[in-house]
Amino acid sequence: MSSQKIICQLPEERIKNFNEVSLGFTEEQAILEAKRCLGCKEPKCAEGCPVDIDIPAFIRFVAENRFDLAIAKIKEKNNLPAICGRVCPQEDQCEIKCVLGKKNEPVAIGSLERFVADWEMTNERKETEQYSQSILYSQQLKVAVVGSGPAGLSCAVDLAKFGYRVTLFESLHKPGGVLVYGIPEFRLPKSIVSYEIENIKRLGVEIVLNTLIGKTYTLDDLFKQNFKAIFIGTGAGLPQFLKIPGENLNRVYSANEFLTRINLMRAYEFPEYSTPINIGEEVIVIGGGNVAFDCARCAIRLGKRATLVYRRTEEEMPAREVEIKNAKEEGLNSQLLTQPIRMIGDSDGYVRELECIRMELGSPDESGRRRPIPIKDSNFILDTDTVIVAIGQSPNPLIPKVSPDLKVNADGTIWVDSDLMTSIGGVFAGGDIITGADTVISAMGAGKKAVRSIDRYIKKK
Amino acid sequence: MFKIVEKEILAEGIKRIKISAPQIAKKALAGQFVIIRIDEKGERIPLTIVDSDKEKGIITLIFQEVGFTTNLLGELEIGDEILDCLGPLGKSTEVEKYGKIICIGGGVGIAEILPISKAFKERGNFVIGIIGSRSKELLILKREMRQICDELYITTDDGSYGRKGFVTDVLKELLTHQSINSSVHRLVYAVGPVSMMKKVCETTKVYNIKTVVSLNPVMVDGTGMCGACRVSIGDETKFCCIDGPEFNGHLVDFEELEKRLNLFKEKELCLLRR
Repeated sequence: MSSQKIICQLPEERIKNFNEVSLGFTEEQAILEAKRCLGCKEPKCAEGCPVDIDIPAFIRFVAENRFDLAIAKIKEKNNLPAICGRVCPQEDQCEIKCVLGKKNEPVAIGSLERFVADWEMTNERKETEQYSQSILYSQQLKVAVVGSGPAGLSCAVDLAKFGYRVTLFESLHKPGGVLVYGIPEFRLPKSIVSYEIENIKRLGVEIVLNTLIGKTYTLDDLFKQNFKAIFIGTGAGLPQFLKIPGENLNRVYSANEFLTRINLMRAYEFPEYSTPINIGEEVIVIGGGNVAFDCARCAIRLGKRATLVYRRTEEEMPAREVEIKNAKEEGLNSQLLTQPIRMIGDSDGYVRELECIRMELGSPDESGRRRPIPIKDSNFILDTDTVIVAIGQSPNPLIPKVSPDLKVNADGTIWVDSDLMTSIGGVFAGGDIITGADTVISAMGAGKKAVRSIDRYIKKK
Repeated sequence: MFKIVEKEILAEGIKRIKISAPQIAKKALAGQFVIIRIDEKGERIPLTIVDSDKEKGIITLIFQEVGFTTNLLGELEIGDEILDCLGPLGKSTEVEKYGKIICIGGGVGIAEILPISKAFKERGNFVIGIIGSRSKELLILKREMRQICDELYITTDDGSYGRKGFVTDVLKELLTHQSINSSVHRLVYAVGPVSMMKKVCETTKVYNIKTVVSLNPVMVDGTGMCGACRVSIGDETKFCCIDGPEFNGHLVDFEELEKRLNLFKEKELCLLRR
């Protein structure tokens, strides 16, 4: 028996819209796929899960047509299954460990997770409601969570379940962090994020928008408001640039700006929505991660030609395989082993050309990937009228900047001890703000871990 | 939601509104700004906090109706609400005691130089104000500036009020005189159109006087996340929203700033034509 084929929007159709690419399993497919699971006595898949979902158990429930029990099993560990089912790199985490994968396709764990989460959305959720009613009574002690991205959301949910009264602060006008400003609609529909956030509110979590901690309130202000502990999950939001000449030319965007305009501000519906995006016809995206692919695929959906410029080869790309495949189907071009060295503009200050140099791969670097080395005198010019720089994000510097007592590492991440407590007592941190840019699920894992530490800290006091 | 509690037309196309925003009012300092979004389909735009009343929980914003969103904002009346308002953002003005300083405001930039002049005055400086606009009809806040400044000079491009000419004409004279009577100006602070700030900096550079400008690039989030507001300061790229909005004027690449401000002009026209 082979893995079930997931129905996707056809490439020629999906490049004309921002709707989700993958349509997910049908009920029949989900059950058939779940029945492929061997139910290993010592399941390797669960070891790969950063939040320790009992994977074989939930899959068994799916196979038995008990989707209600399956979702309950997942939710014991994962607060945002509809999101994780879509954006987790399962192929590097749980699925890679599946024994079936040694000879055939591994069980499609991610797609099954997505299926049961989506099933719950269209069906009643009595159980969770009863659950939330019972814990609302216990919520007395206040804890503040800063940042409503994956780390903050997952931390807030578990704090609420532990019986704390949680206030979640967000600087933007919508909660969700990178889930709403970064990941595009076609990979993660915003209705799903809102649904998960509604669930979180049911647990009693109060979400306060338009509030920038460090400016609107300082950490001290929060303690004065009787918050017993603070969790900082402000993520890696500072866009990195190449620091090459011409990077401030018009139509050179950071991935963050490009994606924020399109996803959060809905520039693809301009002028119905009044945030514009000004791009030309030949879009170059620099980078090889998921963010770079998200940018390129947004550009394609805006009717533009897109070319990815990456300094190594496809093999070293950090992006998910499925996204690389999807992007290729959608017509993405690429210039591999290529390093930009200069952006050249016209007299009005608009980018017109990208000067690059060819690279070759040398010996492996500290990341284990082969290091790209410039080939002498191989400079060449790529014509372009829009460049998007998607080479990574650094930890958000704002809170450390205004909180002198908060110890920061050399790379800008916030220093924490093994309990995720920062150099300030009662202030915890987790997610990209302590690791640098990483996955949604690892941030969620950190958010959960911090809750156990916060709980111990408050009880000890 | 942030309710408009007062509204006043200061000049043709320039309006002053007061908004109920208690927490921002509590924290706001001279030189800082807010990002507002009027409604669900709106864009995020930065506006300088001109004044804040901690007791009443009110902030004052002054804006010129130059684009789609500022026009829409101008149409709102007392009692109407703005959906989102985030702040106070940016670094506040470094208000120190210098001695004799010159505060220059051009056009709607006068709204911004007012709280800065006030802060420097309260710190014990001798504040010379120079404000200018295209014409008498567009000149705002002269009474308020007069109250604060020890000396105030007013110019209009067409000579319909005060002296005919530009703020830099007055500045040049003041600086020429200082070398004669040795009363040294320690700081020049300028806010206004890019071309004005550029000319001010060119003038003060000759005299090697510390010059601070407050920049107004395009912004989206205002929290250091998108980099839309990046400006070249000397050899470095800075994010105006978190590193600014104030910078050493002698290091600012004004030409780049001017070009970057043109990026969305066409789109703006498209919105206005709807």
